[in-house]
Amino acid sequence: MEKTDAIIIGAGPVGLFAVHQLGIKGLKSVVIDNLDKAGGQCIELYPDKPIYDIPAVPECTGKELTKKLLEQIKPFQTKLNLNERVEEVKQEKEAWIVKTNNNNEFMAPNIIIAGGVGSFEPRKLAVKEAEKFEDRSLFYAVRDKEKFKNKNISIFGGGDSALDWALELSKFSKINLIHRRDDFRGAPHTLSEIKKLEKEGKISIKTPCQLESIEGKDNITSITLKFDEGKTEKIKTDIVLSFFGLIMKLGPIAEWGLNMNKKTIEVNSENFETNKKGIFAVGDICDYPGKLKLILSGFHEVALASVECFKRARPNEKYRFEFTTSSKTIQGRLGKK
Amino acid sequence: MAKIIYKNNDGDFKTVEVENGLSVMEGAIQNEVAGIDADCGGSMACATCHVYVEEKWLNKIPKVEEAEVDMIDMAYEPKKNSRLSCQIIVSDELDGLEVTTPVKQS
Repeated sequence: MEKTDAIIIGAGPVGLFAVHQLGIKGLKSVVIDNLDKAGGQCIELYPDKPIYDIPAVPECTGKELTKKLLEQIKPFQTKLNLNERVEEVKQEKEAWIVKTNNNNEFMAPNIIIAGGVGSFEPRKLAVKEAEKFEDRSLFYAVRDKEKFKNKNISIFGGGDSALDWALELSKFSKINLIHRRDDFRGAPHTLSEIKKLEKEGKISIKTPCQLESIEGKDNITSITLKFDEGKTEKIKTDIVLSFFGLIMKLGPIAEWGLNMNKKTIEVNSENFETNKKGIFAVGDICDYPGKLKLILSGFHEVALASVECFKRARPNEKYRFEFTTSSKTIQGRLGKK
Repeated sequence: MAKIIYKNNDGDFKTVEVENGLSVMEGAIQNEVAGIDADCGGSMACATCHVYVEEKWLNKIPKVEEAEVDMIDMAYEPKKNSRLSCQIIVSDELDGLEVTTPVKQS
């Protein structure tokens, strides 16, 4: 079990800034996030879309903001536990113990939940048979390409993931690319490659249509598509790959005994503590009168929460408010001379 | 001010008076209409406020933008009359607008 001063759940912009606010106060932290990279919604939902309301940054993309925040917290050498999800939280005297799906255990007097609107999970196919084939012949991500050699593969989706995998897997398998409309979203170069492979008969494009049903016993043997004009077509398929983006699920957080308001956690607006002492919620996931779901609000919230975290982590020390501009101690922590 | 009728697949409906300038999504969130989650808060980034717009209203609301169509690709069972309710801004002209939430949304 690893002991630290604060466990931060969520590596979005507010979770990352939490590392900074704790770090300049001399507190150590760990960050846990379900995604494979830092940035949260900024990276997953709008990496290339502009943000115009970060103070003193007239314009930046989600990706740029994340990069800058990672640079800002670099001096603290905080470990980001990615691809990891918090499963269980329990109390032990004044401390909290957090268990993850990778069987890691962390112990700290403080937990900061910066979970956005929950953890991201692939959006699943709506047909009822889908679940029984999941991870056998239906996949929402490609982890091991080898499994997809010399097969009949049906790929659903119209975005980059669907197009890129259609191209890649067409090297050694027969691909059906299925989309609800004739237009695909994707880099022009990728689109022209796809068209070329269609002419060569390596990729067969089925539009505008949607999945009607999946057939098969233990594994998928065929799928039935329904076209917009009403006709249906059954196609031989061994593997279905579905790329309809990610959705957000609150997950186990809902069961930790925190006061919730729909999908948000109630906090006070003095230090953003929840109804449990030492558990804080900041950013989009917290709720208090007047709450705005803005990145800048999250930065403010975590700055205040970190003060209370200090008091809990260092009960015998007095908290002193300091400016980064003038404090030698803080500058030392930031590695500045 | 406009009356917006939010229907679900079972035929149940809820009529809500929504102020001009708010989106159909905001009208739903403020009045706890089930089936409209709006996880991203209205930034056209999640498709959890996806609705089917009653055919006769389709020409009366602003045309769909490309970014919105791209996002609707991600939604459950998109149809020709699919829209993201965060992109439909309420005005007097939309009084009586009917939208239906898909069977599954989140």
